[in-house]
Amino acid sequence: MFEGVPIHWFLVLSTVMFFIGIYGFLVRKNLITMLMSIELILNSVCINFVAFNKILYPGHLEGMYFTLFIIAVAAAEASVAIAIIINIYRRIVNIDVENMNEMKY
Amino acid sequence: MTNNQFMFLLFSVVIVVFSLLTVTSRRILRAATFLLFVLVSTSGLYFLLRFNFLAAIQLTLYAGGIVVLIIFSILLTSHINEKLSIPPVTKRIYAAIAAVAGAVLCILTILQTEFVQKTFDPSRVDIHTIGEGMLSTGKYGYALPFEVISVLLLAAMIGSIILAKKRKD
Repeated sequence: MFEGVPIHWFLVLSTVMFFIGIYGFLVRKNLITMLMSIELILNSVCINFVAFNKILYPGHLEGMYFTLFIIAVAAAEASVAIAIIINIYRRIVNIDVENMNEMKY
Repeated sequence: MTNNQFMFLLFSVVIVVFSLLTVTSRRILRAATFLLFVLVSTSGLYFLLRFNFLAAIQLTLYAGGIVVLIIFSILLTSHINEKLSIPPVTKRIYAAIAAVAGAVLCILTILQTEFVQKTFDPSRVDIHTIGEGMLSTGKYGYALPFEVISVLLLAAMIGSIILAKKRKD
């Protein structure tokens, strides 16, 4: 128990955020907005890790390290994804997923 | 209602509302700004849980780095006044059904689970402890993942430079 806030509140919050991200990923067509939905999903998972670490295992730091690694992987993923998006924009002028049906020219 | 409950509810309302706006806004630059609000209030949650180092990382790397990268690429690839097309109704309905069903299932499971919750430990994590855990090879040490992550970041950097540079032909 975190001073009146049970762990369930954190878990419900991150679940809601996760599925909002899923909704955005399914609905959006623009590649950058899909990338933003993925950031939402990763962020909700980070909240889960941190809440589990602090409330259920206060003496440990595993959840914090996992969150740090998730943030690093998210940064790497965002940079590569944006390089790919800019490359696609240079070849076919818009960046909707429907126009991407070839892997190689 | 305690202070912590109030702050938690405030942050969670901000997170939920701005997440919804992020995935539904029709102007893409506004969507990126709403994403920034979501990430900043997530770092507020980390401050609430006394993970100060993690909250600072979240602010600098996520809110400072990734959002700026996304905004740059938005400015490079779309016009500022351009509005995204509204997705078709059937697609929205199917996606909403999938998301709501998944969320309801997960929330019901979470609320039925009993967790063994410890008393709250208000101490902050020492930066020395974090660094030693990150580089130790013993029990609870994370030296190998740390090195793997650094190689991954290097590979991502080289890869994105090669992908984004101009072709000769």
